[in-house]
Amino acid sequence: MLYREAGDFKTSYVADSQTFPIKFDRYGYYFILGFAFLVMPLIINDYWANSIVVPFLIYTIAALGLNILIGYCGQLSLGTGGFMAVGAYASYKLMTAFPDFNIVFVIITAGLITSMVGVLFGLPSLRIKGFYLAVATLAAQFFLIWLFTRTGWFYNYSPTGMISAPTRTVLGYPVTGPRASAVSMYLICLSFLVACAWLARNLTRGTMGRKWMAIRDMDIAAEIIGVNPLMAKLTAFAVSSFFVGIAGALLFTVYLGAAEAGEAFGIDKSFLVLFMVIIGGLGSIFGAFAGAFFLIVGPVLLKLLLVDSLGWPTDLAAHLEIMIVGALILVFLILEPHGIAALWRTIKQKLRLWPFPY
Amino acid sequence: MKMTKLAATVAATMMVSAPVLADTLHFPNLSYRTGPFAAGGIPFADGYADYFTLINERDGGIGGVPIRYTECETAYNTERGVECYQSVRGDSPLVLQPLSTGITYQLIPRTMEDGIPMHTMGYGRTSAVNGEVFNWTFNYPANYWDGASVIINYLLGENDGSLEDKKIVLLYHNSAYGREPIPTLTRLAERHGYELLTIGVDSPGQEQGSQWLQIRRERPDYVVMWGWGVMNPTAIQEAANIRFPMENFIGVWWSGSQQDVLPVGAGADGYKALAMHGTGMDYPIYDDLQQYVIEPGLYAGTGDEVGTVLYSRGMYAAMLAVEAAKVAQEIHGVANITPAMMRDGMANLEITEELMVELGLPNFGPAFSVACENHGGSGEAMIQQWDASAQEWNLITDWIAPDREMIMEMVMDDSLAFAAENDMTPACMN
Repeated sequence: MLYREAGDFKTSYVADSQTFPIKFDRYGYYFILGFAFLVMPLIINDYWANSIVVPFLIYTIAALGLNILIGYCGQLSLGTGGFMAVGAYASYKLMTAFPDFNIVFVIITAGLITSMVGVLFGLPSLRIKGFYLAVATLAAQFFLIWLFTRTGWFYNYSPTGMISAPTRTVLGYPVTGPRASAVSMYLICLSFLVACAWLARNLTRGTMGRKWMAIRDMDIAAEIIGVNPLMAKLTAFAVSSFFVGIAGALLFTVYLGAAEAGEAFGIDKSFLVLFMVIIGGLGSIFGAFAGAFFLIVGPVLLKLLLVDSLGWPTDLAAHLEIMIVGALILVFLILEPHGIAALWRTIKQKLRLWPFPY
Repeated sequence: MKMTKLAATVAATMMVSAPVLADTLHFPNLSYRTGPFAAGGIPFADGYADYFTLINERDGGIGGVPIRYTECETAYNTERGVECYQSVRGDSPLVLQPLSTGITYQLIPRTMEDGIPMHTMGYGRTSAVNGEVFNWTFNYPANYWDGASVIINYLLGENDGSLEDKKIVLLYHNSAYGREPIPTLTRLAERHGYELLTIGVDSPGQEQGSQWLQIRRERPDYVVMWGWGVMNPTAIQEAANIRFPMENFIGVWWSGSQQDVLPVGAGADGYKALAMHGTGMDYPIYDDLQQYVIEPGLYAGTGDEVGTVLYSRGMYAAMLAVEAAKVAQEIHGVANITPAMMRDGMANLEITEELMVELGLPNFGPAFSVACENHGGSGEAMIQQWDASAQEWNLITDWIAPDREMIMEMVMDDSLAFAAENDMTPACMN
């Protein structure tokens, strides 16, 4: 009943191969987009925007990026935190060196710089695979953080080694710095996320994405049918790092406002994004959203429930939160090893037949 | 799905229990009772909470208005710090004390914009001393640069006024916090002719093998430490392992509590640390605490931190906040003060020795007064030394004054640079 597919005919290839071939999904997607852009800015309050929605949007971009690398191309990376730091420090250097450069372009340029760094650290992937590659990217993580904490040029020789984002505006509205309103922060992150998700979706179903998946499924076979592994792997690293760099730049400029490499972009960040990808579902755009929601919004909701509503002590709640989130991760992985995205796929299949399953 | 159900529950409960509590003074605490820095965060938070409980129980609040105390767990993590800030920001918080230099740096521009006073006692951004730029940030009674200068002045006293040809190692937590004293120590090195070596320890600081190997090779005369959390006992243990003379090992005031030395046992004997306030439980206020807070079972946490150095510091921070609130009530003639009024109270705070005696804390902290040009108090500190057999800290010096002239010069440079970066015209608020 929910999905009324009878009569929903496709008369062209374009119509048949669109992202949401089912009408109900498509309208749902338009509705969510419209709601997110038009209604949310009117109803969202500062607390929800700043501490729940904005980090969720930013981490979704990071998860999208890592999902391209791990989920679509099969290259395991533990360097996400380091690459986010590249995006953050690149945006900081650009913001301070060129104060008149529009923040949107600063963030995109930061993404491009990160993508170059990503390609550089992706080069070993041509020779090493699997866990060995994970260790090589782990080296990238530690090297980049070391570089940003020890080299004064990157933080403009500030005595504390902290970088802080000055106020920048888009169309006259400040989006970074303390004067930025919650709504403008929300809208800039949402715009970046929609653009990134659209790009990711279209890349992954095109030639490039098919090459990545061919490499992921069996690299020798892919090579035999004419996929150039050098190009496929390096483009995956480039695109993935581009997204991760944008996420790092947004996290620093819009959300945190001030950061330091070791604290904000440490190894735990790499694991956090990796868990999002795994729990959300490898090789799925929706999975990036679901994983980020689970790991970013989940703990905050738990905190709101335990501390603010039930009045439990904060330390007990914090410990419980770790346990509950950990247990939920286990439960999810046991019940559905392919992540929340696979769970959603199953539910959707059932819903399409409901209420008359055969 | 589980999460949607949970989200619905949360949303529902939040609608019902929107906190509208009139006629209370809200003192939030961005505390951390979990994570690698909990060893320092718990006693501070307990002391902070217990003093407010004492004021509520004994005096019925400040000027007749009861205190509402809330806690938000940051785990010393800047992202969660921002989340906590957002959650208390709309609830007229009178003063914020994040107990983290990283979070402080993030909150300074936001609190300036939102008009919420912040007190960073002995941590945070040192140049907040200049109240013309940092109108909403206070760091009395002492800051990091004061601490660094006090240590050097103490060492000068120990060495007949000269540190020529001495080698001093700064072992620091590799974060905004640990890097803060480097400019001061570098400047002082030029003036006094000692050689300064800075060795960073990456957070959280459980791994210090290579650092202490380097210290053993360099054979410094003194090691100065800017450590926090789990880094402190690790460093003291490593120093004991290489048989570094403990009396030449001096920590900042964040590296000198019972929690830092007790795990090392006898090896920590003789270790020194700065003290920005008195130590031990020989103060009359502890009788009141015992009577009104501890015996009725109203204490925060487990109650076993009472009397430790960091507990005293949390209590001291709460005491200064309460005194500032009293000043604010006096200035504005209303009992139910707002954050902006609280700022005025803090900006005009004056702590005298008579007041300290009256509060049950004779000789506990320095006498100082806050002014617009100086949000940093007196900057004085004492040196305390650990006695491992008696398991107590002993104060071995009187108040030592820092080199305030040089520090103010550096403060002006740094704060005016901040003002220029943010297009601000330095001016006093009144």
